[in-house]
Amino acid sequence: MNQPIATLTDVKKSYRNGRHKVDVLSDLNLEVKQGEFLALMGPSGSGKSTLLNLLGGMDKPTAGAVEVAGKRIDKMNQTQLAGWRANHIGVVFQFYNLLPVLSAQKNVELPLLLHKMSAAERRKRAATVLEIVDLTDRAGHRPAELSGGQQQRVAIARALVTDPMLLICDEPTGDLDRSTADEIMGLLETLNREYGKTIIMVTHDPKAAEHATHILYLDKGRLSTEAAA
Amino acid sequence: MKYFALVWAGLFRKKARTLLTLASLFIAFMLFGLLQAVNHAFESGVSISGAGRLITNGRYSIIDNLPISHVQRIRSLQSVASVTHASWFGGTYQDPANFFAKFPVEPEQYLAMYPELSLSEAQKQAFIDNRTATIVSRSLAERFNWKIGDRIPIVADIWPGKNGNTWEFELVGIYDIAKDSNYADALLFRYDYFDENRVFGQGLVGWIITRLSDPNKSAEVAAAIDQMFLNSNNETKTATEQDFLLSFAKQVGNIGLIVTGILGAVFFTILLVTGNTMSQTVRERIPELAVLKTIGFTNHGILGLILSESVLMTLIGGGLGLLTAMLVVPGAADALRSLLPGMFLTYSSVLYGMLLALFLGVFVGAIPAIKAMRLNIVDALGEK
Amino acid sequence: MLAAIKQALAIAAINLGSLRNRLGASSVIVVGIAGVVGVITAMLAMAEGFQQTLEGAGRTDQVVLLSTGSSDEMSSGITRDVVDIITSLPDIARDAENTPLASPEVYVVSNVPKRTTDTDANMPVRGVTLAAPELREDFAIIEGRMFQSGRNEMIVGRSAVEQFKGLDMGSVLSARGSQWTVVGIFSTGGNVYESEAWVDATVAQTAFRRGNVFQSIRLRLEHEDAFDEFIAALETDRRVQVNAMRETDYFTKQSQALSATIRGFGFAIGLIMAIGAIFGALNTMYSAVSARKVDIATLRALGFGSFPVVTSILLESLILALAGGILGGLGMYFILNGYTISTLNNATFSQVVFDFMVTPELLLSGIVIALLLGLIGGLLPALRAARVPIAVAFRDF
Repeated sequence: MNQPIATLTDVKKSYRNGRHKVDVLSDLNLEVKQGEFLALMGPSGSGKSTLLNLLGGMDKPTAGAVEVAGKRIDKMNQTQLAGWRANHIGVVFQFYNLLPVLSAQKNVELPLLLHKMSAAERRKRAATVLEIVDLTDRAGHRPAELSGGQQQRVAIARALVTDPMLLICDEPTGDLDRSTADEIMGLLETLNREYGKTIIMVTHDPKAAEHATHILYLDKGRLSTEAAA
Repeated sequence: MKYFALVWAGLFRKKARTLLTLASLFIAFMLFGLLQAVNHAFESGVSISGAGRLITNGRYSIIDNLPISHVQRIRSLQSVASVTHASWFGGTYQDPANFFAKFPVEPEQYLAMYPELSLSEAQKQAFIDNRTATIVSRSLAERFNWKIGDRIPIVADIWPGKNGNTWEFELVGIYDIAKDSNYADALLFRYDYFDENRVFGQGLVGWIITRLSDPNKSAEVAAAIDQMFLNSNNETKTATEQDFLLSFAKQVGNIGLIVTGILGAVFFTILLVTGNTMSQTVRERIPELAVLKTIGFTNHGILGLILSESVLMTLIGGGLGLLTAMLVVPGAADALRSLLPGMFLTYSSVLYGMLLALFLGVFVGAIPAIKAMRLNIVDALGEK
Repeated sequence: MLAAIKQALAIAAINLGSLRNRLGASSVIVVGIAGVVGVITAMLAMAEGFQQTLEGAGRTDQVVLLSTGSSDEMSSGITRDVVDIITSLPDIARDAENTPLASPEVYVVSNVPKRTTDTDANMPVRGVTLAAPELREDFAIIEGRMFQSGRNEMIVGRSAVEQFKGLDMGSVLSARGSQWTVVGIFSTGGNVYESEAWVDATVAQTAFRRGNVFQSIRLRLEHEDAFDEFIAALETDRRVQVNAMRETDYFTKQSQALSATIRGFGFAIGLIMAIGAIFGALNTMYSAVSARKVDIATLRALGFGSFPVVTSILLESLILALAGGILGGLGMYFILNGYTISTLNNATFSQVVFDFMVTPELLLSGIVIALLLGLIGGLLPALRAARVPIAVAFRDF
C-alpha cells in the first residue's frame, strides 16, 4: 500500500538570470507515497512550482535524481518525457488553461488523442470523468460559457481522463472564491480518498491545504514539516 | 485524422482573421488559375487534334501569299495524308472593334483537316452546296446574335470584290469548337467564291495546311516541302502547327515573363499576409501550446499541429480559388476567343496550383511551428 | 473641431510610435499595396510606352495616304501615276528647292530573328526616297551614313538594332531573298520608325518584285488647317482612289486597341489584387486595433472622443498605404522605366519596339490608388475601435 511513488534525491535546480545564477532548490530530498495527498506550501519564489514541475516531468533538475514509479525521469529525453506525461501524469493549473476553441467534452478528450483508442472509446471515457466531476450537463459548453469553478472541474476531468499515477495541482484554487475553492478541494479530497489518486498540490491557501493528508513547507529551497516563523 | 478537430478548431480560433486570410489566399489562387489559362493560350500551342498538322507560309513573311498550285505539289509528297489551304481575308463587320478572323477555305477539306470543329451534317452539306455560304463559331453567333439564314456583310480592306467593297455571306451553319482547342473564333466562307470575285490575286492562298499520315515524320516532311519550292518565286517556310503558333506568340511578346512577374508580386504579398497570420496565431497561443505539451504532446506533435493548421489554411484558400478559376475560365475563354483563343485551365495547372498552396502552407508555417516546437513549458506557462 | 484634430494627432503619434513593435504586421499593408500599385503601374507604363511610341510619330499637319479600303500600309497599294497626281495638288508644303514635301514609300515585312527569343519576327522594311527624313522631324543618322540611291544598302533604326539579330553596322542582311549591307543607324526621337529598316525605294521595288507600286504617301501640308481643303481637292480627282487621314489619327487608331487591351488587363488584375490587399490591410488593422484595445479605451476613458480615435487609426493605415504606394511606384520606376520590349503591331503585322514609360502621372495615380486602399482597409477597424465600450475593453484585458 504505502509504497513510495515518487522520490527526489539530492535534487538541485538553478536558473541563469542574466549573469546571476539563482539556486532555487538545493540538496532537496522528498518521498511521496502511493495514495498520499501532499500539500506544498511556502512563500512566493520558494521553489514550490519548480518542485512540482520536476515531479511532473515538465522540467529537469540541474543535479540529483527524480524517480517516479521506479523510473529515473530526469534521465529521459524530451520525447520520452512527453510520452511519460501523457501516460502517467495529470496536471491542474491555477488558470485552468482549457483550450477556448473546444467544448468541455473535447477538452477532456484531448489527452486521449495521444493514446491508441477509438473515437467512441474517447467519448465514453471523457463522459465518465465528466460525471465524476459532476459536469455531464455542461459537456457541450465552451470554457467561456462556464464559471471559474466549472472550468477548474473540467481541467480536473482532463487531468484524470488518462487515469494517471500522479495528479499535479498548481494553485488549483488560486483564482476562485472561497466557496468554489472549497467545492474544488472537496472534489480533490474525494478523488484521493475514494479513487486512491496520489495528489501533489501547491497552494498558498491554508484552508485548501487542510484537505491534504500531509503538508510540507518549502522555504528558500528547503523542506520542513513546520511552517517557518 | 483524430487530430483534425483540434487543427480545425485552432484554425478558426479568430474567425475574422482566418476568413480574411482565406480570402487573400482565395484571390491569389484564383488569379493564379486565370493567368495560367491566359498563359496556356499563348504558350501551350495546340491540342491533341492539332498534332500531325504542318503549316506552310511564305518564306519571308507569314503575310505573303502562295500559289494554289503548291497544294497539289505538296499532296504528292510521301507521308502526307491530306492538304488544304486557307487565307487571311481581313475585313470588318460593322465596326473595327468587332475583331474576329475571316478565312476563305475549301469547305470539305478544311473541316476534315480540323476535326475539333463540329457541325451537323445538314449544315455541313449546306456549306458545301451554297456558294455564298458561311459558317461561324457558336460564340461568334451569340456575340452578334446571328441566326441561320442571316446575311452577314463584311467590308473588305485587303480584298475588294468585283461587286464593290462589301462582301455578303449567308449564314448556313454554326460550329462548336472542342473545349481544349485553341482554334480562334472564325467566320469561314468558300474559297471558290472568294477567288472568283476578288479584284486581284486570283490563284493565291494565304497558307497551306498539311496533315501527316505519320506525325513522327513532321521534321522530314516540313524540310521536304521547303526543299521542293527552294529557288522558286514562292519559297516556303513550313513548321508544325505547334511551332508556328509558338513563334507567333513570341512575336506578341514575352507573355510568360509578364505573367510570372505578376504572380511573383501576388505570391510575395500573400506569403507575407499568411505568414503574418500564422505567427500572430502562434504568439497568441503560447500558453495553450505549453498546456498541450504538459498533457504529453511531443515537440514534433506540436510542430505537426501548427504546420497542419497552416497547410490546411492555404489548401482551403488555394483550393477554393483554383476551383473558382476552373468555373470561370470556360466562360472567359468563350468571351475572349476571338482575341485570345485557347484560354484553358489544364488539370496539371490546377495540380501545380495545389502543390504551390501546399508548399506555401509549409513555408509560412515553418517558422512559427519551429518556434512553437521549441517552447519551454515552464517559461511558456510563466507568461500567463 | 480643432481640438478633435489635435487629439487625433496626439493619438496617432502614440500609435505610430509603437509601429516598430508591429513591423511584421504593418509590412503586410505596405508590401501588399506596393504589389498592387506596382502591377498596375507596370501595365500602364507598358500601355503608355506603346502609345507614345506610335502617337509620337504623328504630326497634325502631315497626311498619310493609303489605297481606298486600307487602314494600314500592309494591305495598301498606290501606283506611280497616282503618286504624281497627288504630289501636284495644292496646299502641300515645299522645301527650299520648291519641291513638294511628299514621300511615297514601299513597305514590306521580313523575317528576322529576335535577339531575346531567337525566333523569327516580322521586321518592317521601308523603301524610301530622300524626302522621307524630312517628314520625320527628329530623324538623325547616329552612326555610319545614309544609304546611297540605287544600291542595296540599308539603314536601321536604333530600336531595331537592339531588338533584332544581325543588324549591326557592316553586317549583310538577307531580306526576302535579296542582300542588304547595313551602312548606318538612325534615330527618330524614340518613335515607331526606330523599329524599322530603311532602304532605297526604287531598289526595294525591284528587289521585292513590287513593280512601280508604293504602299503609302506621307506629305506635309502648308498648315494643319489646310487638311479639309486638301481632302476636297483630292476627292475632285476621279483618277485618285485613296484613303487620306491626318498622321496623328492614323497612329492613334493603331495604338488604341492594344494600349486599351493592356490597360484593361492591368486594371482587371490590379482590381483582383487590390481586393486581396484590402483583406490583408483589414487583417493588420483589426489586429492593431485589438492589440491596442486597452490603450484606446484608456484614452477614451481619459476623455478623448470617438472622432480622434477613428481618425488616428485611419491616419495610421493611410500612412502605411502611402508608403506602399510610393514603394510600388518608385520600385517600378527604377526597375522598368526605359526597359525595352517589342510586340506585334496588329495593324501593320510587324514588330514595334517600345520602352516602358513610368510617367509622373502614373506615379501619382499609383499613390491615389494606394491611399484609397488604405482608406478602405482602415475605416472598418477604426469604426470598430471607436464603438467598443470602454468597460468591455478593460474587462477583456
